[in-house]
Amino acid sequence: MEVKEFEVWWKIPFKHSAGLHATKFFEGLKDGKILGVRCERCGRVLVPPRAFCERCHAETSEWVEVSDEGVIETLTVTYMKFTGLPDPPYAVGVVKLDGADTGMLCFLGGIDLSDWRKVHETFKPGTRVKAVWREKREGKITDIEYFRPVQ
Amino acid sequence: MRVAVVGFGQTAFRTKRKDKTHPELAFEAINAALEHAGLEFKDIEAVAYGSMDPFDGIYCPERWDATACGLEKPIMKISTGGTTGMTTALAAYEHVASGLFDLTMAVCVQRVGECVDAQPVLNTAVDPIYERYSGLGAIHVASFQATAYMAKYNATEEDLAWVSVKDHKNALKNPYAHIKMDVSVDDVLNSRVVCSPLKLLECCPRSDGAAAVIFASEEIAKKIRDNPAWVVAETTISDSYYLGDRLSFAEWDSLAIAGRRLFRDAGIERPEKDIDVAELYSPFTIQEILELEALGFAEKGEGKEFAREGVTFMDGDIPTNPSGGVLCTNPIGATGLVRFGEAAMQVMGEAKNQVDGAEVALSHAWGGTLQFHTLAVLSSKKKLG
Ligand SMILES: [Zn+2]
Repeated sequence: MEVKEFEVWWKIPFKHSAGLHATKFFEGLKDGKILGVRCERCGRVLVPPRAFCERCHAETSEWVEVSDEGVIETLTVTYMKFTGLPDPPYAVGVVKLDGADTGMLCFLGGIDLSDWRKVHETFKPGTRVKAVWREKREGKITDIEYFRPVQ
Repeated sequence: MRVAVVGFGQTAFRTKRKDKTHPELAFEAINAALEHAGLEFKDIEAVAYGSMDPFDGIYCPERWDATACGLEKPIMKISTGGTTGMTTALAAYEHVASGLFDLTMAVCVQRVGECVDAQPVLNTAVDPIYERYSGLGAIHVASFQATAYMAKYNATEEDLAWVSVKDHKNALKNPYAHIKMDVSVDDVLNSRVVCSPLKLLECCPRSDGAAAVIFASEEIAKKIRDNPAWVVAETTISDSYYLGDRLSFAEWDSLAIAGRRLFRDAGIERPEKDIDVAELYSPFTIQEILELEALGFAEKGEGKEFAREGVTFMDGDIPTNPSGGVLCTNPIGATGLVRFGEAAMQVMGEAKNQVDGAEVALSHAWGGTLQFHTLAVLSSKKKLG
């Protein structure tokens, strides 16, 4: 006996508030600036910014601009198509921007992604990278299209 | 109050268990655990239940599954990502350890096989403001660990592949395991790259199934069976939400902290000598290596040698994942409970792939994007040392 199956979808719209801190960060992107916050207690510059430092359990209110250049901490290139996620191949990495104490998740690009070993060589941890900005910026995280190697 | 595991039951895990509905899977695992303990359903005083709703597409599956595990009983639902199964075990354990109950049960059910693709669900676990657009899922963060570890410690693709060879070999001995195939290092290396550097045979499957563990207070445990598995120590820990807030991808610092806490409480000074077998939560090959190092079984950078040199195989010094582990079976919200149950079975001497003479076992789970860890030491002895 063939067991019956029923196809069901969860496709439910939400609207997530970015809060005041992230909103200010996104406004900065529109101007081509990457903003972070400094924790007054531990001195860490948190990028992307958030309203409190989790280590100190303290509010953050001191805004600082950080560089759009930094170093690669780690990366991966995705070759499989996952439902609803970007089309492969796409490279994602964690970049620690100059002036920041935390890493930011971002796309890596500007090179051929077909051979992962070459991509890992080009972007190996410690490699310096720079943001490639979209010409038309909307105040979204994707205003930074990707990070490319610094020549 | 000393507390022991007196029963463990699990379903066969498969991509799809089309033969049963959600509560029917719970019913199967619960009956197996009751039979193992020689108890009846009415004997159980309270239930901790674990699952992660979106993988199964059913909000509040505890409503449906309470018909199998909790009718008229106090019931508590737990959901902490990949640690769900072990956190549920610890909730049921603490119900007894607190002195409030004498006999409790942890039940976990998950049907990842009914979700056509787990990564979009995992992507919803990522911050919706800054990070979700990047297509990040669990496999991506494991790949971040692999990239960083390989760069820092000169680990090779072959080093990682040996972990997969070992887990698949062990799964062949476990009738409940999902993926059962003999794989060679070449098979692993030649399988397609999913998220570099990790290949398909270095990644867990999506599994359907359920598990149940029964806990008893000291006097009752001794009456139920003469080989209970005593919970010697347990702990949990949480880490930052944003991946970029912890830049040591080549090490697992939060697990190292939790491990030191656990071993201190358990009275374990040298884990590599004092622990006979480990069931670690490693859905991706690299993670077993990081876990062995964080928990002190290996020095930093040395964990990569362990599978290749046979240390973690059944006849090695530190048999790891005799069940075949998460790499071969992953009903995500139930997986931690399987680790815990398998560790208990090892010290009871009743595991399907038994480590000879195992007296002390370690059970571990991680959850979130590397955010949570849950650990426990189980032993045939009430107290170590
Ligand atoms: Zn701080």
